Amino acid sequence: MTHPLVPHALRVLRRTQESHDTFTLEAEAPEGFAFSAGQFNMLHVPGVGECAISISGSPRRPGRLVHTIRVVGEVTRHLSALRSGDELYVRGPFGSPWPVERAHGQDLLLVAGGIGLAPLRPALYAALARPKRVRRVALAFGARSADDLLFARELERFRAQGATVGVTVDRATEGWQGPVGVVTKLLPELVVDPPSTVAFLCGPEIMMRFAARELERLGVAAEDVWVTLERNMKCGVGTCGHCQLGPYLICRDGPVFRYPRVSRLMTIREL
Amino acid sequence: MSSIRTLSPPFVLPRARLDDLFERLRARGYRVIGPRVRDGVIVLDTVKSSADLPVGYTDEHAPGRYRLRRRNDDAVFGFVVGPDSFKRTFLVPVQRLFRARRDGDRVRFSPEPVDTSKVALVGARGCDLAAIETQDEILAEGAHADPFYVARREAAFIVAVSCSESRSSCFCTSFGTGPRPTRGFDLSLTELLDGPHRFLVEIGSAEALEIATELGLSTASEQDQGAAAGIALRTSRGMERQLDTQGLREMLLSRLEHPHWQDVGSRCLACTNCTAVCPTCFCVDIVDKSSLDGESHERTRQHDSCFSADYSAVHGHPVRNDVAARYRQWLTHKLATWIDQFGRSGCVGCGRCITWCPAAIDLTREVARLRDDVSLETDP
Repeated sequence: MTHPLVPHALRVLRRTQESHDTFTLEAEAPEGFAFSAGQFNMLHVPGVGECAISISGSPRRPGRLVHTIRVVGEVTRHLSALRSGDELYVRGPFGSPWPVERAHGQDLLLVAGGIGLAPLRPALYAALARPKRVRRVALAFGARSADDLLFARELERFRAQGATVGVTVDRATEGWQGPVGVVTKLLPELVVDPPSTVAFLCGPEIMMRFAARELERLGVAAEDVWVTLERNMKCGVGTCGHCQLGPYLICRDGPVFRYPRVSRLMTIREL
Repeated sequence: MSSIRTLSPPFVLPRARLDDLFERLRARGYRVIGPRVRDGVIVLDTVKSSADLPVGYTDEHAPGRYRLRRRNDDAVFGFVVGPDSFKRTFLVPVQRLFRARRDGDRVRFSPEPVDTSKVALVGARGCDLAAIETQDEILAEGAHADPFYVARREAAFIVAVSCSESRSSCFCTSFGTGPRPTRGFDLSLTELLDGPHRFLVEIGSAEALEIATELGLSTASEQDQGAAAGIALRTSRGMERQLDTQGLREMLLSRLEHPHWQDVGSRCLACTNCTAVCPTCFCVDIVDKSSLDGESHERTRQHDSCFSADYSAVHGHPVRNDVAARYRQWLTHKLATWIDQFGRSGCVGCGRCITWCPAAIDLTREVARLRDDVSLETDP
């Protein structure tokens, strides 16, 4: 029996600075590694700790394991110091995936807040890779400022591949010509056919709650809205107890949930 | 009461031959762990002979209170449960998971070997067996079974004891986990004090039957069996404390925002005693440490508690700042959401959290107060 809490060593192939506080690590995945869009890995820094990071690469290229990471604490600061050729210590993949197949024959809308775009990117890749399966693909992306935008050049590529992409910032800096304001403001324009829209939301909980409410107002069925939740994750396999939210162990039952399953739980303070 | 799963008719073991049982266990390579008196409480530790057991002791329990007293007889198991439980045997408080060593620009991981040494646990009560079964479902089954837990669990021989008396903290009958062990043991003892001091021995595994045969035990008489059944019945009937489990999950989930959580939160010290003594609480932290020179590292898994602020911290900020929120998490997990997560209640009715709460918080009373108030119901 192998122990689920012992990491594997992978080789970092490339490090890309995405913004002032966010970077992407591409690593060589172990033979046979496979994941689904929305799943996460535990990234370990020996002697320092470990944190849960969603996979941000394409599920169709499982050999290249990609994580996009924002520096928020000690572990992520150590990870940001890694360079090509260094070892990256990984456990996973864990958690439930985005149900991309539910968007087949439908419109798919992705709503991302800040670093929340990273866990959604694999779903975007999956949807755009099979343009005949998903009718229309739209992305609403909200960031704090233009300096916090992720994958800016790639957003153009998504547009070229047929996706409608809306970007808004909380605070305009010099040179910003796009919309200013919360991401929910982008939604009326991006939701074309509400009854046939499937939406995946990833960002701060307050953003997801308001986005879900707006989608409901626009006529998108609550059952067609999916969110991803974050809690303190230690083990990733449902045995340490830390990531509980009411009846759920986020690492095991989530992180992707159908919104009606968690909507009430998300409104209870300090649950 | 569910029927007892046994492999043979029960035997009888004279008190004077209890040490022969320990001897047989040791001869089979088991280290015997059982109850002992230490620092004024009954703990679980290595016992060499029955003289090490709390012979002639009894215990008094009340919310926030525990005292050992002398009995008027030489009962070997004339007490209930102390702060210790066999949780410590299977889910050890600090378990190293791996060591890691820097080797040039690489780090080499050495997973910790599992401990397969044989242990015989003596004195597990009905509630304790239910607690072990509860933890088995989380740690020994499923896709991510814990190899350290599984190895220790597989190397264990369990000698259960039927409770002859209950204490004020006990409410095992509310969950049907006691007082008489019905499953999950290798061998189960009921202490009979009427007439010659002896034990009724029930057999729950092939190895226990081998041991009974090696000891040459005689089959129990109908009177002995009747006496044991009578003791279990009296203990059940004497249990005063109750937790109404009818609709308990739904009731608690409909009162997640009830003002009573603030009331209990103002009394709770967040000391983590209840989670430490609870035989089912399984939460662990994963701790990575480094040597001063940064060359070697190790990861351990350590008992943790949902009452600590760090437990829920995301990016350094606790989700549950308020002690009331932590108490709500603990109680609703134990009695309600555990059922969603693992298909059964997380409470076995042992009463340890009541006895060992320094603020004398009694979960059965808190539940009753939440249940009594129907004025603030919200939809689940």
